[in-house]
Amino acid sequence: MKFRVLPFVWLTFSGGGVIAAVFLPILVILLAFALPLGWVDPSHQHLEGVVESWFTRLVLFALMVPMLVHAAHRFRYTVYDGLQVKHKGLVAFACYGGAMALSLVAFYVLGTV
Amino acid sequence: MSTSVTRVPSYQRRMSVFWWVHKRSYFLFVMRELSSLFVAWFVVYLLMFIAAVGGGAEKYDAFLDRASSPLFLVVNAVALAFLVLHTITWFALTPQAMVLNLGGRRVPGVLIVAAQYVGLAAVSAFIYWLVVLA
Amino acid sequence: MDETITMQVTRYRPDKTTQPVPVDYQVPLRKEWTVLDGLNHIKATRDETLSFRWSCRMGICGSCGMNVDGEPRLTCGTFLSDYAPGPVRVEPLANFPIVKDLIVDLSDFMEKLPRVKPWIIRDDDVTEIDGEYLQTPEELDAYKQFSMCINCMLCYAACPVYGLDPDFVGPAAIALAERYDLDSRDHGSRERLDVLIERDGVWGCTFVGECTKVCPKHVDPAGAIQRYKLKAAQESVKAVLLPKAWRRTKGRR
Repeated sequence: MKFRVLPFVWLTFSGGGVIAAVFLPILVILLAFALPLGWVDPSHQHLEGVVESWFTRLVLFALMVPMLVHAAHRFRYTVYDGLQVKHKGLVAFACYGGAMALSLVAFYVLGTV
Repeated sequence: MSTSVTRVPSYQRRMSVFWWVHKRSYFLFVMRELSSLFVAWFVVYLLMFIAAVGGGAEKYDAFLDRASSPLFLVVNAVALAFLVLHTITWFALTPQAMVLNLGGRRVPGVLIVAAQYVGLAAVSAFIYWLVVLA
Repeated sequence: MDETITMQVTRYRPDKTTQPVPVDYQVPLRKEWTVLDGLNHIKATRDETLSFRWSCRMGICGSCGMNVDGEPRLTCGTFLSDYAPGPVRVEPLANFPIVKDLIVDLSDFMEKLPRVKPWIIRDDDVTEIDGEYLQTPEELDAYKQFSMCINCMLCYAACPVYGLDPDFVGPAAIALAERYDLDSRDHGSRERLDVLIERDGVWGCTFVGECTKVCPKHVDPAGAIQRYKLKAAQESVKAVLLPKAWRRTKGRR
């Protein structure tokens, strides 16, 4: 059978889409509104405890990478369909490259927390 | 194919760059696709948040202050709107993309959509518990 | 009946005009008249040079597809009274080059359709059958919806991806490939997958969903495409995880 990369990218895109749909709304509400605005007040110590666990950091990394691939894949198609930027190779490189770069940043941040 | 096709001279119409503005369904589609930018933004914000937590109590408080500034609140409010759009459209499209057969019968689309919302509620409750209550 | 409606019909004569222009025609607004009836009225009484395709006038041949007020429609099933008081725009089917007036060049689809091999492919070299290939009602139901396609091309007119990237193989072709893949008598899914796993195959689709909305036969090409993507992804994963075992499964080499 022919080997193509796109099916695997699409699977990651789909997984990332499910993760984003299910995890992000509550995270935005909590981390962008409830905590900064003081609607709820978990202690810094508690949050540190949650974040420092290697298991939590591993799970977070495993959730973030597919979400980044999801964003890159969708945005790449938006750029050539919506904006009609026809340099397919360049757009793909910029989008997936961006996702890879952010994944490395995630690895660094989660690894050194 | 071996058929010979007579090439007829024809007039090619070009699609305007604003093809998606004139029709509601196309506009919603492009908005749904643009939600991808906010998925990436929020992953970045999440990393910033985690880095702040890891940086000690003072850094964390400073970050919370920045996060409650008008700029951040507005950006994140827009992000929330787009992410909710992503969730709603993603859940609504899943039954069309997946045919589930249980015991020989096709599972109705409404059930698949409902199951996803149950999943959303469960995950949200878990995360709320993990972050706020535990 | 005194009421009339204005039809703004695109006219284009390659030898006479450099670009398509809309021309207004007043047409009687009869309760049971379709856009096609209006066009035939114009041709019979105003301008016999008006050219357009039609045949069955009952929504089964797929010939009379055009853009009515911006939406791809079968003109034989679109009632003028729904657009009262008018005017109603009648344009050639979107995303295809215009040959003359309302006639578009469909040769792109004619080239794409055979690429997906929309016929029963068998891996036994049987040339004479001893009776029919039997199929249960459940086996028929598995693909029946996708067999309803009348090749009217409304889905291609509605698809912005096809409009922006004519290399995209398109909704009807993929729905027809799925129709044969799901047919219990067929053994050709591997051959079709080889065509559709390419970038201009299923992956060009961004699930806008307009194709399904405009399909007059409720084929749901968008659903067929997403299912095909999942199938292609599953086959790719299987090929990587268990290459030897997988090569022994069904389908022609």
